[in-house]
Amino acid sequence: MEHLIQQWLPNVVTNWSGDNGFEIAIYQTLYMTFVSAAFAGILGLILGIALLVTDSKGILPHKKFYYVLDKLVNLFRSIPFVVLLAVIGPFTKLIVGQTIGPTGALVPLILGTAPFFARQVQLALVEVDPGVVEAAQAMGLSPWKIIVHVYLKEGLPELIRSATLTLISLIGLTAMAGAVGGGGLGNMAIAVGYQRFENDVTIVSMILILILVFIVQGIGDFVVKKLQH
Amino acid sequence: MAKASPIIELKNIGVQFSQKEQLIDAVKDVSLTVNKGDVYGIIGYSGAGKSTLVRVINLLQRPTVGAVTVNHKQMLKLTPKQLRDERKNIGMIFQHFNLLNSRTVYGNVDFPLMDSQLSAAQRQQKVNKLLDLVGLSDKAQNYPSQLSGGQKQRVAIARALANDPEILISDEATSALDPETTTEILNLLGYLNQSLGITIVIITHEMDAIKQICNRVAVMDQGKLIEEGSLLKIFGHPQQALTQKFVDSSTQLGPALQEIKKSHILPENSKHLIELNFLGDVTEEPMVVELYKRFKVEANILFSNIEQLQGTTVGIMLLALSGQDEDIQAALQYLNHLQVNVKQVNLAQIEVG
Repeated sequence: MEHLIQQWLPNVVTNWSGDNGFEIAIYQTLYMTFVSAAFAGILGLILGIALLVTDSKGILPHKKFYYVLDKLVNLFRSIPFVVLLAVIGPFTKLIVGQTIGPTGALVPLILGTAPFFARQVQLALVEVDPGVVEAAQAMGLSPWKIIVHVYLKEGLPELIRSATLTLISLIGLTAMAGAVGGGGLGNMAIAVGYQRFENDVTIVSMILILILVFIVQGIGDFVVKKLQH
Repeated sequence: MAKASPIIELKNIGVQFSQKEQLIDAVKDVSLTVNKGDVYGIIGYSGAGKSTLVRVINLLQRPTVGAVTVNHKQMLKLTPKQLRDERKNIGMIFQHFNLLNSRTVYGNVDFPLMDSQLSAAQRQQKVNKLLDLVGLSDKAQNYPSQLSGGQKQRVAIARALANDPEILISDEATSALDPETTTEILNLLGYLNQSLGITIVIITHEMDAIKQICNRVAVMDQGKLIEEGSLLKIFGHPQQALTQKFVDSSTQLGPALQEIKKSHILPENSKHLIELNFLGDVTEEPMVVELYKRFKVEANILFSNIEQLQGTTVGIMLLALSGQDEDIQAALQYLNHLQVNVKQVNLAQIEVG
């Protein structure tokens, strides 16, 4: 077995541990993915709910607020991630004190993901039966309670689906961030595998990213299935 | 019925929507009063503005103009918090039930009690009592997706009653149900009205639903309230063509007239086809026999529908008369004298569908 690995994946073995090895890269990818997911998740949820309720058909319609927020979300979603990475460099430095490495990648990852997730949240929750929302209003529930107990509770399966989708797209972004100095498996695939012609490293990096994607997708599907009646 | 004290008063209500730069008048200058203990029916075709109008009562729809008074409170002057408290006093049920799919039957009925001051034990007791009232105690732990339409509506009714409202609004609550289940649900609403004294406002496009439980009826057409009155008045003496149409649809008079025309039993220009509408004891009189005995006019009963509404007999009869013209005239006068509403039917005007 060891012999086979040595034979087919020689560079993976030499690059497994150490400062720029696979072990660190896996850790960096997980770090970038989950830390930015936590922040982008909260930010996106708040923005998405704000879009949902201030829409003209929402429970707290506010034309101007919706207009501005809607345009901002579209704007940030339109900026290509690689460009965003460069453009907000100074801002990143201000927030986390560095622009390179996994931590330097966090700010652009959050800013790149939150608007995407916000839109996903809005689309997921707008699917909640308006009749049920109306029934809750007729019961005299406050807007806050309607958001928590009707929108979030009834829309939870759709919300989990959106979160899964966002997380997978975020994993894709961490690979890109990695390539421009963030570290992680993306960096491994490009800086080591591609540029040094060590193809086995590229392929193993890719497989590891795919495994991560499949795990996320699998957990997402499982939770959705559990939640549905 | 309880003595007439108004619980819902709508004054000159108008509701305008702007749709694609166009202003649409959904409700135009409607005023109506619902008294405590009424079962008030609002009937009209879809798009007549009935749903919009009842949503004005609990301000799910704010009127463009007009005043809304519920329980002597000016609804439009309340703060959001006061309005929410007032809404707890107005239960509402819907055509598509609008249950929370993520909660069990129990959870749905418990849901409106979220803000209540009851202890956990009291809440539990209350939910169980409500489930018992609608006959669904055995389904408490089921999810709405596992219930039939009629059962879902029962859950919705139990949920609407959770905060002990004085008013219940039913927005086409039986329109998605089969006739048998419709009767069941209407009977339940009638029972709630009788036993709890709850005031009910029903909107529907089915005269049968109105007939079964309402004591007052309003007819809406194109945003306007075109006729209003007691069930007996609306049923016995409809003034507007549309009201007549709704009444006919319920008595099956419309189809009967079409059949008569198609079958050519009578010539189209026959002046001797008459429609009789009568209320109360008149039915007991052997009218047809009297017509022959007194005037030698033979009356052939082509159609007859007699039913009990609110304990009063309401009948409709189609008679084809034959005899001497002057005898027939005398016979018609006799009928008019009996306080029977007599109308000559012109078959040529009947549209055969």
